[in-house]
Parts: sequence; C-alpha cells; structure tokens
Amino acid sequence: MSKKYHVTTTINGDECEFLCEAQQTLLDVLRDELQLSGTKEGCATGDCGACTVTVDGTMVCSCLVLAVETEGAKIETIEGMAKGDNLHPLQQKFLELNGLQCGICTPGILMAAKALLERNPDPTETEIRYWLAGNLCRCTGYDKIIRSVQAAAKEMRGA
Amino acid sequence: MATILEKSGFNPDKKLRIVGTSPVKHDGIDKVTGRAKFGADLYLPGMLVGKILRSPHAHARIKSIDISAAEKLPGVKAVVTRDDFPEIKAGTPDGDMTRNAMAREKALYDGHPVAAVAATSESIAKAALKLIKVEYEPLPHVIDPVAAMQPGAPILHEHVRTKGVKGADQPSNVIERLDLAMGDVAAGFAEADVIVEREYDTKPMHQGYIEPQGCVATCTEDGQIELWCCTQGPWVFRDRLSNILKIEAAKIRVQQSELGGGFGGKTGFYAEPVAIQLARKAKRPVKIALTRNEVFRATGPVSGTRSRIKIGVKKDGTITAAEAELIFQTGAFTGSMFSNAPQAMFTRYNLKNAKTVSYEVVSNRPKVNSFRAPCVPQVVFGVEGVIDELARKIGMDPIDIRLKNAATEGYKTIYGETFGPIGFVETLEAAKKCDHYRSPVPPGQGRGVAAGFWFNRGGETTGTLNIAIDGSVTLILGTTDVAGSRMSISMMAAEELGIPVDKVRAIMADTHSLGFNRVTAGSRTTYSTGMVIVDSARKAIAELCKRAAGIWGVPEDAVTFEDGHCKPAGSNVGTFEPLSIAQIAGKTMATHGAIAGHSEMNVTGAGPGFGLHIVDVEVDQETGRAEVKRYTVVEDAGKAIHPLQVEGQYQGGAVQGIGWALNEEYYYGEDGRLQNASFLDYRMPVASDVPMIGTEIVEVPNPRHPFGLRGVGEVPVVPTMAAIANAIGNCIGIRPQSLPMSPPKLLKLIEEARAKG
Repeated sequence: MSKKYHVTTTINGDECEFLCEAQQTLLDVLRDELQLSGTKEGCATGDCGACTVTVDGTMVCSCLVLAVETEGAKIETIEGMAKGDNLHPLQQKFLELNGLQCGICTPGILMAAKALLERNPDPTETEIRYWLAGNLCRCTGYDKIIRSVQAAAKEMRGA
Repeated sequence: MATILEKSGFNPDKKLRIVGTSPVKHDGIDKVTGRAKFGADLYLPGMLVGKILRSPHAHARIKSIDISAAEKLPGVKAVVTRDDFPEIKAGTPDGDMTRNAMAREKALYDGHPVAAVAATSESIAKAALKLIKVEYEPLPHVIDPVAAMQPGAPILHEHVRTKGVKGADQPSNVIERLDLAMGDVAAGFAEADVIVEREYDTKPMHQGYIEPQGCVATCTEDGQIELWCCTQGPWVFRDRLSNILKIEAAKIRVQQSELGGGFGGKTGFYAEPVAIQLARKAKRPVKIALTRNEVFRATGPVSGTRSRIKIGVKKDGTITAAEAELIFQTGAFTGSMFSNAPQAMFTRYNLKNAKTVSYEVVSNRPKVNSFRAPCVPQVVFGVEGVIDELARKIGMDPIDIRLKNAATEGYKTIYGETFGPIGFVETLEAAKKCDHYRSPVPPGQGRGVAAGFWFNRGGETTGTLNIAIDGSVTLILGTTDVAGSRMSISMMAAEELGIPVDKVRAIMADTHSLGFNRVTAGSRTTYSTGMVIVDSARKAIAELCKRAAGIWGVPEDAVTFEDGHCKPAGSNVGTFEPLSIAQIAGKTMATHGAIAGHSEMNVTGAGPGFGLHIVDVEVDQETGRAEVKRYTVVEDAGKAIHPLQVEGQYQGGAVQGIGWALNEEYYYGEDGRLQNASFLDYRMPVASDVPMIGTEIVEVPNPRHPFGLRGVGEVPVVPTMAAIANAIGNCIGIRPQSLPMSPPKLLKLIEEARAKG
C-alpha cells in the first residue's frame, strides 16, 4: 500500500480534506476520491482541457497538477460555477445558443472561458479562439462555443 | 412489425408550434453544471479499478501467459486472460469480437489486449500489470493495406479465403471482393467527349471523441450482470456480450450513460466484456476507463482507402459513365462497412452506367469502427475531384455540372432504391444563391465546392410515452442521444400532443426497459425514434379520447383530439367543454388507470440526404500550410426540428472533415507500433484552426415522416475533404490526391506547379 498524504484545501468555497498518494493528480483526487466528476478526463496529458479548473485563480489542467501540491490552495471546479439557482452567464449562453452537443468538453470549456472573461471582458473572436485552443471539442466545430462566449461577455459587460 | 406509419400525417401547411424552434435542451443544464454522468462518472461501493495489459507487438503468437505473480500482489482481486473467455470459432462474427476484446492465439496489433487486472487502487492495478509475464513469438507484420494484398505478405488470419473471388483457396488478407455495377460502362465511356481518371489515397483517422470509453460492470450473487457504459447501442452491446460471454441476454442489463462523443466509434465494445469477466471473478464492481493512449492504439479508427476513379462526360456536362476500384483497410478484423462506398460514391448523380470493384483488407492495426457515413467520405474525396476537373475541362461552373447531372425523384440507384422526393437540386440551387458562392474569391485564396450523399437509415426502434396524473409526459427512449435527439423527440411528442415542450421529459432507457433498439448510427435516431414516439403519442391520444367518451357517456368515435384537448366530434354529440390532457389524466384513477402509448417498428422510409459544401482556402506558399478562411455547408434537412441543433451537426461534421483533410493521420514505426497515440501528436482541429462555419438549411420534406424530417448527421462530413482539396487545387494549381493535405505534401505540389510554370 502506497503511503498517503493528508491535504487540506478549499474547493468551491468549502474546506476540503483528503488523503492521496504522491503520484495522484488533482484530477484523480477530484474525481476518484471526492467524486466531483464534473471535471472530466479526456487525455491526462494536458492536451484536451476537459479537466480545466482554477487553483488560486490560475487556470490549470488538473491532470498536470499533483494533488499534494494543492495544500492550502483554493480550487474552483465546474460544480461551483452556478451560484444556487443562478447559472453563470456563460452557462446560460451555452444553453441558449447550443454551445454544447455531447457535453463532455463543456465543463472544461466553461472554466477556461470564465478565466478568459475575468482577464479580458471584451475579447475579440481571435482572442477567444486562441484562449480556448487548449480545449478540444469534437462535436460542435467550435462555432457555437465561440458565439456563446461572445454573448456571455456582452451580457457581463452590460452591453 | 410495422415499418412505417400508415398515415404519416405530414402536412406542409400545418402550423407548427414547437417543431422548427430551438428551445434549450432539457439535458443541457446537467451538462453545464457538471452533474451529467458519463461512462467514467459512476462510483459504486467497493468498486475496483480495472486495467488492461496490451500487446507491444504488431503481430505475435502468444505462447504463454503467467499471471501467478500478479494474482499474489496484495490488493489484486482478479486477473483475466484469454482462458477466462469462452472459446468461439475464429472467423465468425462472435469469434472476431471476442478475439478483439481479448487476444487468443495471436496479438494482431500494437495495443491488442492480452490480460487484465482488477485491484483496489489504480497504482496497484498498474503494478500488477507489470507482474504478468507474456511469452510472445513475434511474427512479421504488415500495416499498409496494399502491401497486405501482395503475395507473400504476412497473413493475419489463416482461415480467411477471399469472399467474392471464385476458387479462392489460399489464406489471404483480402476479406472480400465486392462487385457492383449498373448499365453498360464501356458503351458509356464510348459516348464521352472527355474522360478523367485519377488515383487517390486517404488515411485512417480517429473519431476523436473527447470521452475515452468508460464502463462499470457489476455481477450480482444470482449472476445478473449490470453494465454501465458509454455506448451508441445498449441493446447491440447486450446481445453481443450475451453471445461472446455465453450469458443469457435477460441476465445482462446495460444502462447507457451520457455519451461523450462517439461519431460511430462507440457502436462496438472494447473493455466492456473484460470488465464483466473481472467483476464476475472478483465479485465486486469493476470500472475500466480507457486512457487516451489506449483509445488511439486500440479503438476504432476510420478506414483508410486507395481508390482509382474514372468518369466520362459529354461536352454539355452529361456524365456518361463512371468506374472505380477501391481498397479499404479494415484493421485486424473485418467490419469496415465498405459496401456503403460503392453504393453511395456516385449516388446523387443521374448515372446510368457505373462499375465498381471494392476490396476489404486486414492489416496489423486496430479494427476500424464506424464513423459518420462509414467509408463514403474517403471515396467522395476522389469522385468530387474528378467531377471538378471535368467541369474545368469543358468550361462549366462546378455547381452547374452537378446540377446538370443531379438525381431527382424516380431515379433508380445502383443499389436498387428508387428515390422518392429528394432535395439535391434544391440544395445545389440554394448553394448557387448563397452569399458565399456569389462573393468574389478573395485574392490569394482558392474556392472549392463538393457534393455529398448519405442514405439515411431507419431500423429496429422502440419507445414508450407515459402520461402522468398531472398531464405531464415522460418518454422512454432506447436510442442513444449523441447530440440532442432527446430534445428533438420531446419536441415532436409535445407538438403531437398539443402541450408545451417543457411538460415533456425523456430518458435514455436501459436494456430491461424496452425491446431491441439498433445503434444510434447512420443518422437514424431523430427520424426513427421520432416516428416511434409520434406513433406512441397517437396511441395515447386514442386512449385519451376513449376516456373522454367514457366521462361524457358518448361513443368513442364521437370524440376528437385537437390542440391538446379532447372535444366532441360534432355539434350533434352534445355540449361538452373540451377536456385537456391534464384533466383526463387527473381522472385516470376513476377511469381505467394509466394512459400510455408504446410502439415498436422496424422503421423504413428514411429520406436520403444531400449536401454541397463551399470553402475558401489560403495556402502559405512558403510553408505549404493550408488555412480554411470561409466555409459554408448547404444541406437538405427535410425539416429542421431544432434548427440550432441541425446547424450544430453541419458545423461539427465540417470541422471533423477539416481535420481529416489537413492534418489527421497515424504514424507507425517500422516495428509496427503507433507513434502518435496522443492528442498532442495526433492533433485534431482546435478553436484557433478554423473559422465560423456558415450553414444553409434546405428543407425539402420527406413526406413519410410526420414532420418531414431527414437525418442530418452523416452528410456534413461526406464532401468536406473533397471541397477543401478542390479549393487548394484552385489556389495552388494542382489538386491534391492524397490525404492529409499537410504542409510538406502541399509544398511539394506548390513546387511541382511552379516547375510546370
């Protein structure tokens, strides 16, 4: 039995303690130990973005972060994006504009898009496309994803 | 069993309330909040982690497997090998299926499963795999299908004798030769003024679903198997698992999870039988979630092809004859569905004379699996190139030559179907009129067009509609929702019942809940399940009328149903206030219990689909990199039930085709091992690679469906590579004949074109 480490973090605003093996990634722990399965594994090599979360406000692929590194960190996942009954404008626009088909890439794309709009509230189409270039989607051809992000940005700006 | 609604009820003048609008899909909310459960998202008490040991050889005899050390590792609860799977004769469909799930006599490709373990943690499972000792006898391998056809090539299956070749008595890698012809090709070519003949090759690509296959298998004490998995066909999985594991179908319950993309690639199973055998042995639930590396090395790519295509035309553009020789690589086992290609490749043109010879060939690569319009886009890549060249040679507009030859209602196809109402002409005309085609080609760019066809499918389908006591409605659907069919079908049910769509909720059923449903594939689901649910709704309506008649004390035929209400059929029936569904449903306790409708059909009558793609491409003259600058998909949907979802199908298909056209392929080393088994090295299109994708929805209704719809999922990828290649040809002066059209290849063509001046 591999030795386990005790880690204390804050996930979506709640204090969260877990035990993990040294080689387990944040993605492994979120899913397999905490059953926060909204964060998806598409590759586990940092190439598809399906596991995108933020750690202390920084957007990361959770498959590239060791769980033990998150001691004391504040982690945000897709499960924390809506506040009560209120969907985030990005979530709402993805629904209205059909920004998702199968939905497997959607949590990662929403988390990445949220990180973008926090930095750049009025991104151009090209800026959105390059920011999301680390998030693969095979269903939509990206068109309606980009339009959903544009519409959410507009709404959030109050434009 | 009915194959179609006796009266579809299609009425082009009927005012629709819901069909044709784009409400938010009901399953969307769980997908934007992370609640939706996909294949790998189920967690059960006591669940073990399953891991698969895979062959590092492209071709090897398996002499022995020693699992004793792995079994002794603390935390390991089960190890399985070929010895844990029933012996089934090689060369049969079941024999192939069990051998692809777990190698028996030989490993046939890099990544072929040879053993598996279930352990209490992933790290223990991985450690256990390292303790399994497999003794291989490596054999010569063959990757390329043309090489695999040559005399003296390493033989994968000693039992194979080529089907369709008289007197074939030697083992061969050619599974089948298929001849398909119509009319008199020699006479047709003799009539032609211009003939063009070219050779093409396309590479296998991966379906590229972002969700790796994931499943959880449980075995109860009485032998009941419960399987949770992402699948495009729970019933097909169940029946095949029943066959290869020798378990009664009624003792296997498959519950489909949300499907994280499939595109055909999840029509067949991989780890599911392995997880079941581990769970039976360990007596605990076992989850197997494939890694991306496993997905690339061992799950279904799309068939790669070689083709030779010859077409003749008269000066006025009339096609007189067409001929093709086609080779399809199918991976280590048969199953490419290559017969689609000769049937569909020329179909859309009013051809009288055609001849095709097709071969399906095995080689040491993973077994191919379906992908949107299986085996058709690969050969349309060539056909539409030849058509374009012919148009240029006789000085005709590329859409005009297609219009000149467009098949119309009454055309008898090479595969025997006579077309009903179809919308190819309307599609081409819409393309000519659209803004993209009318705009000048920007300087430095090339424009290409190409057309595509897909049969669209029907097939075995069941469904149930239940009316709750408050008049809200639940649908039990058997077909997997891959991109929004639950919503489209809910909309059709609401339209038929005259209630708001928000009063309807649909679920994807498990295999105990309904009769057999064929896989979601071939653009059949919204059409077939939509028809079955409309039939169910009509049965429920008949029952509602019966209940209303009982409440009013009038004969059953004195009640009609209109706008969501039962009403007296005429003034002579008596004066009764109309009863809503909710009012009648509220009285079910006092009438005769629950009101429901159920239907099963082997659906026919799917209306064929046609599309025309327009693309502008710029090629960097120094690097050879092609960039898609503008793209428009024009396609006949019959009737767009949910236009935003139809657009999504067009756009998604086109971008998958862009990847296939420009970049996607597999690299095998000399050792026969896959060298780019990761997203980074395989490189599918990302958001910054592509522009917005324009769409034009053409609506030529299929009157055999209550709402006139046609399937829309396959056609969007059929002409994509051809359209891009035609655009590149118009940009650089030479039309590429080999996929992918990657920078090194295009650079060579640019140099060739320069040398020619």
